[in-house]
Amino acid sequence: MDLFDILGPVMIGPSSSHTAGAARIGRIARKLFGRLPSEALIELSGSFAMTWQGHGIDRAILGGLMDLAVDDERLRDSRALADRAGLRYRFEQVTLPDTHPNTARLTLKDYGEKLCVTASSIGGGRIRVTQIDGLEVGFSGDMPTLVILHKDEPGVIADVSRLVAEAGLNIATMRVFRQHQGGEAAMAIELDARPDPSLVNCLTHLHFIDRAVALDKI
Amino acid sequence: MRQAIASLAELTALAENIGIEEAARSFEPQEETREQTDERMLKLLPVMRQSVQDGMDPGLKSMSGLTGGQAPKLRDAAKAGGTAGGSLLGRATSRALAVAESNAAMGRIVAAPTAGACGIMPGVLLTLAEEYCLDDQALLPGLYMAAAVGAIIAKRASISGAQGGCQAECGAASAMTAAAAVVLRGGNCRQAADAAGFAIMSVMGLVCDPVGGLVEVPCVYRNVAGAAQALAAADLALAGIPCPLPPDELIDQMKSVGDMMPSALRETGLGGCAACPSARAMLGADSACGKA
Repeated sequence: MDLFDILGPVMIGPSSSHTAGAARIGRIARKLFGRLPSEALIELSGSFAMTWQGHGIDRAILGGLMDLAVDDERLRDSRALADRAGLRYRFEQVTLPDTHPNTARLTLKDYGEKLCVTASSIGGGRIRVTQIDGLEVGFSGDMPTLVILHKDEPGVIADVSRLVAEAGLNIATMRVFRQHQGGEAAMAIELDARPDPSLVNCLTHLHFIDRAVALDKI
Repeated sequence: MRQAIASLAELTALAENIGIEEAARSFEPQEETREQTDERMLKLLPVMRQSVQDGMDPGLKSMSGLTGGQAPKLRDAAKAGGTAGGSLLGRATSRALAVAESNAAMGRIVAAPTAGACGIMPGVLLTLAEEYCLDDQALLPGLYMAAAVGAIIAKRASISGAQGGCQAECGAASAMTAAAAVVLRGGNCRQAADAAGFAIMSVMGLVCDPVGGLVEVPCVYRNVAGAAQALAAADLALAGIPCPLPPDELIDQMKSVGDMMPSALRETGLGGCAACPSARAMLGADSACGKA
């Protein structure tokens, strides 16, 4: 907790967990998808489902999908922005079992590509991504993060960490998630500095890697 | 490597030697120069000022329609001499209300320490600046003091209503602001800690009970109360009255009272103000919560 977590963030109200956190969830989902989707299904669970209109959760998540920051006043008008950009969206109230009370699941689609991201707003505007395409994960976007979706095969971790080391980057934390042996897997690697796009490019060319994304601090 | 401090007693002792600005910087993990931290602090002030202005719009309405547009009434009543608390109190409380109402209407604010309690600090600080002709640079020690007090409360207790009730949000904001006000009025750091203690004493056990789960009723009015209380707590300390209980122990009790609080009184919208029979009627059939 630093001084500017106490005096800050500068944000659009009314609630750090319901508005700022929701905007971050939309934005991180868009960054994981890699671009603006043409279609988004936004499922809200728990307190998000109960208070979404009064807290502007819908506008915040849409704003995040439009790549707006938590202090961007255009968050209020994000429905119009999304309409103009050709994003078709739908909100649904659902119950996602065993999740934090403030949780959303976003299914983003564009030209046959699809990504499903579940994330929770855990307080003070901080978030946690808990699932990508059905795979349990756990990362916050508080630091520059490399997110890699891959097959669970021997040597993938070594290949990735070698490329990260060659790029001169220091790994702060690294977590690996998998469904079952040899199945779908993911890595979340928190770095002390933002990786160069060329690193992401190299990573996506590695065998067994389906998707690699560099997230900046959201 | 700086070691972050964990108590108001340590903060006070350190601040007496190196000044509140440097003492507060022990909470900053980054290797940043003093000038850079100062600059980031100073950038918060124009956002606070603009949020007061946004909230002074008589036509302002929150999305639920429960709040908005009341702040200019309070400002004008105080200006016309029609209030009990007089000019300075009326200016501080109406600004606090303006920021809180703007927040509820999706305005841009500085969370201090949270969005729900965002009116208290700007209400008091900007009014003291106006009353005592303090420029932005002169407000810096107050900002550092407030942030340090908030960081200690966050560390020892909580600044989340869902965890600790409203004492953790408006209560923390009031304590931070009381300490800042003491420093800005020439009190020493020990008096500032005492002011924080007086504020905490008065909010001990305050529940978080938003109608419909929305940051509106009673939240925006608690920002008014928090601002008034911060001024009163600062005045006690500035008059040289010592806080009868150590402020750090009071913060620890905030934590233990928060832990004892049932979940109906921690931001779930189920108890307290939210459970008034009229609260349901206020929400109406089309509101977000009516649909849930």
